[in-house]
Formats: sequence, C-alpha cells, structure tokens
Amino acid sequence: MDKPLKITSKNLNFFYGDFQALHDISLDFYECQVTALIGPSGCGKSTFLRCLNRMNDLIPGTRVEGEIMIDDQAICASSLDVVMLRRRVGMVFQKPNPFPKSIYDNVAYGLIVNGIKDKAYVAQRVEESIKQAALWDEVKDRLHESALGLSGGQQQRLCIARALAIKPEVVLMDEPASALDPLATQKIEELIHNLKELYTIIIVTHNMQQAARVSDITAFFYIGKLIETGDTDTIFTRPKLKQTEDYITGRFG
Amino acid sequence: MALMRQTVEKSVQKIFFLIAMASITTLFLIMVFLFREGLPIFKTVSVKEFVFGHYWYPTSEPPDFGIFPLIIASLSVTVVSAVISIPLGVMTAVYLAEIASKKVSEIAKPVVELLAALPSVVIGFFGMVLVAPFLQKVFNIPTGLNLFNAALMLAFMSIPTICSISEDAIHSVPVALKEASIALGATHLETIVRVILPASISGISTAVILGLSRAIGETMVVLMVAGGAAMLPESIFDPVRPMPASIASEMAEAPVGGEHYYALFATGVVLFLFTLIFNVIADHIAYKYKQTGEASL
Repeated sequence: MDKPLKITSKNLNFFYGDFQALHDISLDFYECQVTALIGPSGCGKSTFLRCLNRMNDLIPGTRVEGEIMIDDQAICASSLDVVMLRRRVGMVFQKPNPFPKSIYDNVAYGLIVNGIKDKAYVAQRVEESIKQAALWDEVKDRLHESALGLSGGQQQRLCIARALAIKPEVVLMDEPASALDPLATQKIEELIHNLKELYTIIIVTHNMQQAARVSDITAFFYIGKLIETGDTDTIFTRPKLKQTEDYITGRFG
Repeated sequence: MALMRQTVEKSVQKIFFLIAMASITTLFLIMVFLFREGLPIFKTVSVKEFVFGHYWYPTSEPPDFGIFPLIIASLSVTVVSAVISIPLGVMTAVYLAEIASKKVSEIAKPVVELLAALPSVVIGFFGMVLVAPFLQKVFNIPTGLNLFNAALMLAFMSIPTICSISEDAIHSVPVALKEASIALGATHLETIVRVILPASISGISTAVILGLSRAIGETMVVLMVAGGAAMLPESIFDPVRPMPASIASEMAEAPVGGEHYYALFATGVVLFLFTLIFNVIADHIAYKYKQTGEASL
C-alpha cells in the first residue's frame, strides 16, 4: 500500500451481552482511501463501524476485546475521552437524521458543541462544509429554513456537511445511500469520490456496485468474521475464496 | 347474511354516536347551567366591579361581591406552584428518560405516576398537619396555612402529571437524533439541552399546562391549607382564598337563588374561563411546536 496507515484493528471481539457479534477482526485502513465493508445483514459490519467511534457505548451491556489504534492512539480503553475521539472520527448514518433546526444550525451544531464561539469562523465553516458536501447552490438562499424541508438526498448531504464541519480525520458512513433514490445515490457517490482526497472514508454498503464504484479496498464480512479483504478490483474480479465470490455474484446473502 | 352484517354495522355506528352525544350533551348542559346560575349576579354588580372589586363580603349588609382577591389568590398559588413543579417535574422526567438506568426508571416512573393517585384530601391533610406547623416554626409567621403551603401542596399534585407526560415526550425523541449529536462530539448533557429538550418541547409544554390546570382547578387542597382569607396577599406567607375554596366553603350556606348563590356561580364561570384558556394555550403550543421529528424521505 502506498498510502500511510490510519487505523488498525487487531483481534477485535465484540459482544452484545452474551452474544458475540464480532470474531477476531484484524483490518487496516489507509489515509485518503475509501474502504467498503460488505456482507449480508447481521454480519457485524455496522457493529464494527460503530466500534471505530465508540457509538456502541450507547448500547448497555456491550463489551469489546482486542485493540483498535488510530494514529498510534488506542481507542478501546474505557478511560479514553470519547468526545475527542468522535471529533476526529465523524459519522453519517443510514437514514438522514438532520436535527429539527435550520440548515445553518445543523451544520454549526458540531462547531458550537466543540466550544467554538467565533461567529465569523462558524459562518465560514458552515459555508465551506456545505460547499464541500455539494449542497451549497441548492440551499444558499434558505440557510435559515428548517432542514426538514429538504429532500431525502439533500438531507443526507446536509448530514455529511454537518460531519465535515468539525474537520474530522476519518468519516464513517453506515449505508449512507440505502434510503435514497438512484439520482441522490449517484450524488453521494460522487461526493465520496471527491472527499477521499482529504479524509479516510469507511463505508458500509449492501450495494455491490456501489462498493465496486466508490471504494479502493473492500472487506467482506460474514457472520461476525472478516472473510476476505483486498483491493476492490481484486475482490470483485478474482476473489481468493469461494464464499466471497458467491456473495459478490449474488449466489447467497 | 350480507344484509344482516350491514344492519349490525349500522346499528353499532348509531350506538356509538349516541354514547358520544350523551357525554358531550351532558358537558354542554353543565356549562349552560353554570352560566344560567352565574349571570344573574350581573344585575346587581357590573362585570367590572365583580372581577376587579377588592372586597368579598357576600354576607354583610350591603354585600360586596368583588372577587379580585380570589382571582389573585388562584393565580398566585398557581404561579408559585409552577415555579416549584415545572423544574422539578421536567428535571425528574429528564433523569428518568435519559440518565437513569432502565431498571431504576422502570421502578421510579410508576411510583411517580402513583403519586398522582394520592387523593387530594390526603395531600391537604398532610399540608395541614405536618407542613403548616413546620412553616410556622421555621419562618416564624402567624399561620402556616398560607399561599406558600398551598402552592407547595399543589406542586406535589402537578409534578406527577408534568413528569409523566414530559417523560413520554422525551422518550419519544428519535434515537437517530441523539446518535447524530453524540457522533458530532457532543456530550450527553449537551445532547439533552440542545437536541432532546428542543425536540420534545411541544410535549413538555402540554405536560406543564395540564399539570397547572390541575393546580388551578384543585379545590380540596386549597380549601384545607391556603388559609382562607379573602384579601390581596402581600407576601407568599399570607393566607389566601382561591376561587375553588371560596365556592366550596360558601355554597352550603348561600341560599339558592340569592345574590350570594349567583355570585358563587359567577366565580365558577370565571374559574371555568381560566381553565379553558389554559387548555386552549396547551393545544396551541402542542400544535405550534409539533415536530415531524425524524427526517421524512
């Protein structure tokens, strides 16, 4: 790999109560690349994604074993400042979830909770982020109207802008286009392509074509195990394992 | 068969219609009765004298029918009790919905709701026998039966309503919004203050108004602990005579069809208008701040 290493997961196990959802996951992510996590529903790819910004902490009774390092910082320790971690690792969810506030306030939210009081800077970051999310031309005249008035695709790009506003290093995307129509999906994919110059992007998707289109590296998960990982081109054309090939070609899953 | 099904269907509809009409008609008749018995007092005193008159001496010669001190008593007791019950009720709701573990809230919420089942006479009794002597001693005041005591007891009656409905409202804020906030590096507290409370403000407002309208119409508690003096209070430790207390205590001795009798019904009309306004405001707020909540696609 020619890109520098950003995140390393080593022998990661994850439990919901007694149920083990992830088995011994070791996987590396590189800076300025898009990694796609694919696999059938319930295979643990979303759970794994949510380990990377510790969103699973919100679910009572969960437990992690193993280690995840981001730039040499271990992030699984219970003593870790999760707020700082989440400022470095942004997240976009499956369903667009803008706050019932104005478009401007949605994007400014992350900055404000991060203690930024300089209003001019906030305004500048809001504009930059919305532009970065390719939404500016559509909303520039109605920044102070409710975000709930936007279409689903626009809302999702707003959620991406909101995540970008606090300048994260990594952006996690949990099936960001699964609730959108093909046109909106295409826009999100173009956006991911542009954003990877600046961010490490990890995307969970059910859509094989999408994984093939947007990602550099693909990791295939099945029932809580990492089955195969490699260059997206290789995975999709010459997978090493039969199981991967069967899933990619749609023979099961 | 088909014909019979239709007949049954139609008669069921009619029965439900009649039942619904019966309750509505009864309510309407009570209202008509209230106004019919209350309005004649305005042949003796003008509306202005009645509402803004400072003296309530219905049995002296000539009688004075000014209910201003009673209105002020009702309002001040309600306001003071709101100052106590809103923060306590809403914060308890936040605790139960957001902070407490599932186990704690599963036990605590029904207990709080059970408080609403306490008969008001029991609360009044508690205020009379325990709180009044305590207040009298601690604040060194002539009587512990006063505005503050009544407000305190009413607050305890409103808190279960405020807490329970607010908790439902907070609980129904979509998890997606909470996750969005947490994922942006907000702390739990910031998430509660900036996302969860604003998103549930409509439900919380409804809760507050319903709680307060219970307080403003409550009779037994204020009758027992407010002190009963029909004068304008100068401090929160002065005894007062809220409208419901006045009506309840005097109705038995007011001769039917006399001026005093009409005056009491007119007081009831004023009270009814107050609670009506409260409920209209509640509906309005609930409608105005109604949020679609989750993003619609």
